[in-house]
Amino acid sequence: MTLSIAGAAFKKPSALPGFAPTLGFTLFYLSLIVLLPLGALVAKASGLGLGGLRAVAVEPRVLAALKTSFGAALAAASIDVVFGAIVAWTLTRYRFPGRRLVDALVDLPFALPTAVAGISLAALYAPNGWLGAPLAALGVKIAFTRWGILVALTFVGLPFVVRTVQPLIEELDRELEEASATLGASRLRTLARIALPPLVPGLLAGLALAFARGVGEYGSVIFIAGNVAYVSEIAPLVIVVKLEEYDYVGATGVAAIMLGVSFLMLLAINLLHAWSRRGLGHV
Amino acid sequence: MSDAGVPTVLLSPRDVASESAGARAALIAVALGFLTLFLVLPLAIVFSEAFSRGVAAYLTALLDSDARAAIALTLTVAAIVVPLNATFGVAAAWAIAKFDFVGKNLLITLIDLPLSVSPVVAGLVFVLAFGAQGVLWPWAAAHGLHVIFALPGIAMATVFVTFPFVARELIPLMQQLGSAEEEAALTLGATGWKAFVTVTLPNVKWALLYGVLLCNARAMGEFGAVSVVSGHIRGLTNTIPLQVEILYNEYDIVAAFTLASLLALLALVTLAFKTYLEWRFVGAARRRGAG
Repeated sequence: MTLSIAGAAFKKPSALPGFAPTLGFTLFYLSLIVLLPLGALVAKASGLGLGGLRAVAVEPRVLAALKTSFGAALAAASIDVVFGAIVAWTLTRYRFPGRRLVDALVDLPFALPTAVAGISLAALYAPNGWLGAPLAALGVKIAFTRWGILVALTFVGLPFVVRTVQPLIEELDRELEEASATLGASRLRTLARIALPPLVPGLLAGLALAFARGVGEYGSVIFIAGNVAYVSEIAPLVIVVKLEEYDYVGATGVAAIMLGVSFLMLLAINLLHAWSRRGLGHV
Repeated sequence: MSDAGVPTVLLSPRDVASESAGARAALIAVALGFLTLFLVLPLAIVFSEAFSRGVAAYLTALLDSDARAAIALTLTVAAIVVPLNATFGVAAAWAIAKFDFVGKNLLITLIDLPLSVSPVVAGLVFVLAFGAQGVLWPWAAAHGLHVIFALPGIAMATVFVTFPFVARELIPLMQQLGSAEEEAALTLGATGWKAFVTVTLPNVKWALLYGVLLCNARAMGEFGAVSVVSGHIRGLTNTIPLQVEILYNEYDIVAAFTLASLLALLALVTLAFKTYLEWRFVGAARRRGAG
């Protein structure tokens, strides 16, 4: 192999063939589909310069949308962490009829197209909908307000938390909990001091995943959000609006800001996953 | 997750490492209530609205010419995207799972990158590249190639969005399986290709199939990215999700939910298949791996 001299450091020797063609194809396809298009966006955005990016970011409408997107995504991810942890705990520790069906259903937001989720949530929470009508009687309006964004993002983020925490709960050492109980700790204290700490990195990773997804989410939100500029408009929608106005510079600027956040979130998620694995002693 | 041997009764109250029966019941109630609110009701209303004016209205909406064009375009896009990403997934999994090389973790992270990019941004990058002001516009125009507001753009954006799905299913499984069986096949005189076809492929076929299904479901259902590149030309560049949006915005609720029900059904089939595989294979493999 021609790679052998340089490859001694690059790749460990292996008896299996096919390294060069498969890695070559992987890198080629990755570059063509992902890296070049994203690189083009980064190149175009860097043409704006930091000042140009800042000018786009502080545009009142853009700023309001970024605040809405980040705020709603963080709030929704926090709701998902609380209820996702309860769902994961219930599904892992308890046995009840229909548990398997419920467990399968948790992945629904992964599989259901966002536009379908969007129109069904909007229909559900509309003033004449199944949930919207009773809520309207109480004077609560969800659909076509900022609360609608929260509902949609909570839906979208839930499986990220459940699926990140579930395997960690499965691997918890119950003997530690028994030891804690025999030493006189109340169940609540055992949960807080013994069961919860190993789950924290997973919960944070789930939070980060749900947040990252929520910030960029478009399809499930636009139907239920109302999309009023400065009030209930999300950042991805601002990109779409700017494109429709042929404001490519503005669209690129907003996209570059969101892409930067994606990179940071990806980094944070990888670190959290590494932490969570180390915490369990798997390395 | 698999617990074939455990009877479905609540744990004995004498178990000190569990919550009281009351707390258990309360937690189960909270979990099921939350899931009903956020998952069951949205799914139920799709079919309830789709059939709210009866089966005849459902079929009329389904057989509408724009609806049929949207279904045909969606199937075409999936037929282009899924084989591409499946081929990539297998190649990437082979390179990553069977070999150790510098930068492997970076490569895995980059493969997952499209999952953290907003679909709208994914669509935008292709508009920036191939749109009227794009860097590749002169080249595409010179070759008479219509990318944006046409099938190639829709397919490219969909490839981007569904990029990691097959690879993500295959890489962890193939890493777990190791290379011993393939090495044995090689020592017995098999070529690399034969070892792949007769040893690797049968070992990973279910994960591959699930990755393909997941990729397919996302390809058919992608909205944000496709919405940016499609131009929403009726009967021409509208996929099912885009047609759903148009119908919904025109207050043709029955027709919108009729098309949406197709996608919801696809999601349910995908989930059912995943559950079956998990129950049948992954649970068993995990138990073996843990033991």
